[in-house]
Amino acid sequence: MTAASAPPMIRVAGVDKFFGPLHVLKNVQLEVPKGQVVVVLGPSGSGKSTLCRTINRLEPIDSGVIEVDGQPLPAEGKELARLRADVGMVFQSFNLFAHKTIVDNVMLAPQKVRKTPAAEARKTAMELLERVGIANQADKFPAQLSGGQQQRAAIARALAMKPKVMLFDEPTSALDPEMVQEVLDVMTGLAKDGMTMLVVTHEMGFARKAADRVIFMSDGEVVEDSTPEEFFSAPKSNRAKDFLGKILTH
Amino acid sequence: MSVLTNNLELFLRLFGQTLQLFAISAVLSLVLGTLLAALRVSPVPVFRGIGATYVTVLRNTPLTLVFVFFLFAYPLLEILRIEPYTAAVVALTLYTAAFVCEVVRSGINTVPVGQAEASRALGLTFTQMLGNVVLPQALRSVVPPMTSTMIALLKNTTVASGFAVPQAGSIRDALSEQGDNVLFGLIWVAIGFVVLVMPLTYVQQVFEKRWSVAR
Repeated sequence: MTAASAPPMIRVAGVDKFFGPLHVLKNVQLEVPKGQVVVVLGPSGSGKSTLCRTINRLEPIDSGVIEVDGQPLPAEGKELARLRADVGMVFQSFNLFAHKTIVDNVMLAPQKVRKTPAAEARKTAMELLERVGIANQADKFPAQLSGGQQQRAAIARALAMKPKVMLFDEPTSALDPEMVQEVLDVMTGLAKDGMTMLVVTHEMGFARKAADRVIFMSDGEVVEDSTPEEFFSAPKSNRAKDFLGKILTH
Repeated sequence: MSVLTNNLELFLRLFGQTLQLFAISAVLSLVLGTLLAALRVSPVPVFRGIGATYVTVLRNTPLTLVFVFFLFAYPLLEILRIEPYTAAVVALTLYTAAFVCEVVRSGINTVPVGQAEASRALGLTFTQMLGNVVLPQALRSVVPPMTSTMIALLKNTTVASGFAVPQAGSIRDALSEQGDNVLFGLIWVAIGFVVLVMPLTYVQQVFEKRWSVAR
């Protein structure tokens, strides 16, 4: 295949992480090729959010290697900032800048990090807000928007940096049920457009529909790594069977 | 009343000196204090150590001793000669900056950690994050305690009286030399300070109101 020479977009190799005595990531191995959508499932406390946050070094790791687009994560500093600019991240709690309007939220990083002129940054920001369906909210402050609208704004803010890869850390877990779909629709659209995505979520529907691959984590380990069809119809491990049993019965 | 009207020129001139001492030291200590706060929340341990040491030393030293150092001890070092007035500004600035630093730092701590994480995830550097995201939000909660710090600075300028730097605190000396009624003189000085502090309280209200709507 052609991908043999190209490095994977994300490579996680032999990663261990401790929170004090708690071993939260145990020798984790994971490769995400360019253009693939990987959904990470698992019970709470399984380390999936931590894994997601280690990839742009919001959580430093204790041992192992993490590479983004063939480049190992540098230590804290200007170089790490440059790498983070290429890795979009969407948080469970949105984390929009509370003192800035929606359009200013989207414009800030392109202007400060990429040195994009204001007019151009605004134009791109408005196009992105249009794409996620909240262009009419551009001049409001985050607190004036619904949770679903805030999360879509946060996705637009991440996309404004033209990232090579997008990380989603439980993007719909803090949303009211009726707002989950609007966010998932935006994410499905992104997946269709060929964005490389690592999505930590509890949304099984999204995993079935949009994922190329499902990773199942439990107790800090990657237990299964398969296609959605395989995982949902014929999980191999008992832990995955147990997990799916709890979720799919109600 | 006659104490005031007979010495109006003296009162105005020395209160003018107080205002000048206050204004210069206020601006300088706000700048220095904010820089110190940036050091104290920096990811570099050495910077955090410098900031913490500064605050510990200056905040725990009586202001009078800081004055004594810059007016009497520092000249003996023969590094750079400074006028008593400049020495007073330096003493007030360095002392007040320690308090400003802690007020700003407490403001920074009120900003949810997610705001900093989102900034870092977008590729902003530490300075960009502080300047564009964290400090603007920290300012809101900082206004009332910062006003108190500035009021304390305004009143602390009178410490300069003991060091031959003329300002409102020296009015008593001048009056007693002339044989005027010192008690009434001091009452007028006190009223003068109340009048000077009132605009600061007003400024506090304006900022609190303005920054509370913008969210």
